[in-house]
Amino acid sequence: MKIKKTLLALLLGSSAFLFAGSLGAQELPVIETAEVVEAVADAISFEDGYAAFMETPGAAFFTISNLWLLIAAALVFIMHLGFATVESGLGQAKNTVNILFKNVFIICMGILTYALCGFNAMYPGDAWSIGGFFAMGSWFDVTASVDLMTSEYADYTWYTDFIFQAMFAATAATIVSGAVAERVKLSSFMIFATLLVMFAYPITGSWQWGGGWLSEAGFYDFAGSSLVHAFGGFAALACVMVLGPRAGKYINGQIRPILGHSMPLATIGVFLLFLGWFGFNGGSVLNADPFLVSLVFVTTALAAAAGGLGAMFTSWLFLKKPDLSMALNGILAGLVGITAGADSIMPFYAILTGLIAGILVVFSIIFFDKVKIDDPVGAISVHGVCGIFGTLAVALFSDAAGFDIQLIGTLSVSAFAFIFSFVVFSILKVVMGVRVSPEEEAEGLDIGEHGQEAYPDFGSARTR
Amino acid sequence: MKLVKAIIKPFKLEEVKEALADIGIEGMTVTEVKGFGRQKGHTEIYRGSEYTVDFLPKVMIEIVVDDADAAKTSDAIVKAAKTGKIGDGKVFIIAVENAIRIRTDESGPEAL
Repeated sequence: MKIKKTLLALLLGSSAFLFAGSLGAQELPVIETAEVVEAVADAISFEDGYAAFMETPGAAFFTISNLWLLIAAALVFIMHLGFATVESGLGQAKNTVNILFKNVFIICMGILTYALCGFNAMYPGDAWSIGGFFAMGSWFDVTASVDLMTSEYADYTWYTDFIFQAMFAATAATIVSGAVAERVKLSSFMIFATLLVMFAYPITGSWQWGGGWLSEAGFYDFAGSSLVHAFGGFAALACVMVLGPRAGKYINGQIRPILGHSMPLATIGVFLLFLGWFGFNGGSVLNADPFLVSLVFVTTALAAAAGGLGAMFTSWLFLKKPDLSMALNGILAGLVGITAGADSIMPFYAILTGLIAGILVVFSIIFFDKVKIDDPVGAISVHGVCGIFGTLAVALFSDAAGFDIQLIGTLSVSAFAFIFSFVVFSILKVVMGVRVSPEEEAEGLDIGEHGQEAYPDFGSARTR
Repeated sequence: MKLVKAIIKPFKLEEVKEALADIGIEGMTVTEVKGFGRQKGHTEIYRGSEYTVDFLPKVMIEIVVDDADAAKTSDAIVKAAKTGKIGDGKVFIIAVENAIRIRTDESGPEAL
């Protein structure tokens, strides 16, 4: 299409020049020529323009890139199943329906609110409300045009752009869901999650990926160590601080662990997240560039593996036993850590990044437990702490960005997520309450909130 | 009649059942239970925090037999359930006043 347009411009330009020349005018302003070209290009129907584009040599790479991004979007979708199983597995059996219900709600709500306003708020183009900081957003859909559905737009179509980013968006709320599990009031959580995904996530997203002030300042966050993970992690921290720990977790200054009910479910979830991360990072290349996509797959896998080993041996050395749930958190920590620099941190340093994240996450989980921040799944440590570390790792282990701007960027995003969540969740606490009653918490949220059981045919649940 | 009530390690249940079948015991009731004796519980660790598990899983077997068979039954259980380590369990022998088979209304030793 570019060739076509150039030809048109030449033709029109020259004929206009001739025409103008015959009238005695010296020159025609360039802008006018461009407008004429646009007008003529618009006059060609989308079908004809699209068909013409698909005949060009560039259409092959475009098609492959577009397909890769759609596959990547589907892989990111699978991560939501991973989150659902990790959270269920690390929660108690009596809260399983409630945890699954929240995850089902988040993916449905996330996609729809992103269509409603999130996408255009995060990628405002020229439609900023406050330049570089905030855009209102609007309904995402467009009239199909050559500008939006061919390589005029990017190496993928407008629709691919939307669906790939929509799958990311719901992730932020899912991170919070794990941290507040087993005591949060369902209706309050649903309202909070909607506000977070609809308004807060696109704002910080627009600062970087939407071409806002962080992007102007040279910040680098390839696939979202800060924009997705630290954002979710610090939103989770704020909510847990407002909500308080689960009943019976901290008694007389002692930590009483509340055991997850299914390590198999938690493990399945982490493997699904690992799989999905190939789409999360690999798709963030934003085309099917063979070098970059393969590099990103390698750095992603290396960091995850190093994170897993780091957490395994850290827990073995410092906690006496090799703890499976820590090893699982370690894999996720490595993945979160490499996310900001998956395309710029080279393999050896990717291993180092993952390893540090895997060690860091174990001490972080122990620290938050010591200060009575009760996070059943370790979301604050995995996503918040390792999200910040991963963002800084870009400066430490690659030359994609400087340390100062990485620090400023990740702290800005984390602080915004924390403050937004603290304020909104506190208001919800005053207005409608954010916590279930102590009786309901003891009986389980499955019966209390849903009147259902996850495992009605097993054990004590049958003795009525 | 005597009630022989044995609390054993769960993984010993099959061996005990076979030993009882060998001496002609035709029925028993088995319950999954939890408890501790002199061995107390043990320490476990989850995400860096230690906790003690006081109630360990055990299996309780209940069999009602003729007075004459009580010693033979408890001997069979003790022999089959023994590992020689702490936590092997206990056997109690308790007098039973009567027994009734619901299907036929038979009572006393005939009901066994």
